[in-house]
Amino acid sequence: MTAFFESLGMNYEWAWFIATICGILLIALPLMLAVAMIIYVDRKVWAAMALRRGPNVVGPFGLLQSFADGLKVFLQETIIPSAANKGLFLLAPIITFTVALMAWAVIPFSSGAVLADINVGLLYVLAISSLGVYGVVIAGWASNSKYPFFSALRGAAQMISYEVSIGFILICVILYAGGNNLNGIVESQRGFGLGIVNGFFFNLLLFPMWVLFLISGMAETARAPFDLTEAESELVAGYQTEYSSMAFALFWLGEYANVLLMCALNTTLFFGGWLPPLEWAPLYIVPGFIWFLLKTFFFFFVFSWVKATVPRFRYDQLMRLGWKIFLPMSLLFVVLTSGWLMITRYGA
Amino acid sequence: MIHIIAFYLFAAMVVASGAFTITARNPVHSVLWLILAFFNAAGLMVLVGAEFIAMLLVIVYVGAVAVLFLFVVMMLDIDFSELRAGFVKNFPLGLSIAIILAAELFIGLVAYSGGKLELGTPDGSAAPLVGESNIENIGALLYTRYLFLFESAGIILLVAMIGAIVLTHRERGNVRGHQNISKQVRRRPDEATYNARPEIGAGVDL
Repeated sequence: MTAFFESLGMNYEWAWFIATICGILLIALPLMLAVAMIIYVDRKVWAAMALRRGPNVVGPFGLLQSFADGLKVFLQETIIPSAANKGLFLLAPIITFTVALMAWAVIPFSSGAVLADINVGLLYVLAISSLGVYGVVIAGWASNSKYPFFSALRGAAQMISYEVSIGFILICVILYAGGNNLNGIVESQRGFGLGIVNGFFFNLLLFPMWVLFLISGMAETARAPFDLTEAESELVAGYQTEYSSMAFALFWLGEYANVLLMCALNTTLFFGGWLPPLEWAPLYIVPGFIWFLLKTFFFFFVFSWVKATVPRFRYDQLMRLGWKIFLPMSLLFVVLTSGWLMITRYGA
Repeated sequence: MIHIIAFYLFAAMVVASGAFTITARNPVHSVLWLILAFFNAAGLMVLVGAEFIAMLLVIVYVGAVAVLFLFVVMMLDIDFSELRAGFVKNFPLGLSIAIILAAELFIGLVAYSGGKLELGTPDGSAAPLVGESNIENIGALLYTRYLFLFESAGIILLVAMIGAIVLTHRERGNVRGHQNISKQVRRRPDEATYNARPEIGAGVDL
């Protein structure tokens, strides 16, 4: 895109600057639209699994429900509790929302269609997702109220715990791909399984890692069955209890953008990203970003399927799963993966 | 042009948030300023081309260490007037530390302008793998030339971790809350419930 703006007669730096701004808008605006629609999809899926109809009043098939909800919260009054720490109280939703958008900069939507093609791409994703905890912690503390505070403590412990095993899982992927660049990771999955299947999941060492990654992703985004930060039967609404209006909406949008990011990461790291599922020439007629969106949408369906069917974990069970099962298992698989690659790929 | 703007932005933010870290009245604000300082330092690292170090700075310091700081500081009940009371007493100590740090900075600057130390060339031609990304370069150095230093650093951290666990671990024998997870998982509805049919007014033993 930089080249296009340069052809309009700008110098390189301005062309790069404007191209980057355009790229950000090209990702962020459709992402917001996608989040609005995905909330609708989420509610429809839960409704279908509970034999209900779900949103069906606003617009055809209730398609405009999310926009109506958005308009509603936009017109509400922003209530700031008098005992709250005002600056941080307003900063927390902004942090959650911004961080949720930032990680999308390195996700490849199609061959070469990535805003920042950096060679520490996966580390960048890990770094940004580790920032997500600040929104929850600051919101819980600044609200100056007991339920949000409990939720903040839970959120901090939970997200740090699962980040550790996510880190090890990502190391396995990096070892197989031989690089950190997300486009490179997608490329290295081309014909990975017997020369036909595109995707790292087609491997006895990486398939268990994918299962762990899917579950850890749910815990990392505090999605059901790990939504202990907003367990309504214990903590009212957790860290969001004192929030209203747009501040609340920012939490919601950020949360769903994070869930979509986890789905996109599942797609990119284990299921071949924008490559078609099989290495077969006719499948390449469909453009890459369609495959990417289809796969991401499938994982989102899995996420809402799980949310609709699985009961919430107890807090000690969550910690046990993270530290006593996922962490040793992912560590073991790092050793196994590097040993296997040492024998087969770099041997002799 | 953008580089220069970005450098001055990050540098000014590091210095300003560092200053706010020590002047903030509320310790939670102080930690948050510290996090902002880490973040901008990572930005400076990116500008000099050390993107791997920048990402590690964010993952380790911002993502883990500072969260734990925040976690602890949030739960402290700090009396600010008591905190202020020690200021005069500790002032000479703080001042002497500040003077030592300033002197070290000055010595470092003088040594740098003297040009005696040859640490490498800015064009990257001294890197072990010229033209590769700096992750590969750091790996190539750490796992060959500095292998034993690297491993001993790992062992020191492992020992420190085990030491911390040993120091804080207490054996508590008869305490409720010990769970047998596999027993919980094996449990089936027909063995978990039974029909007691108690006498009226007698109740059941649990």
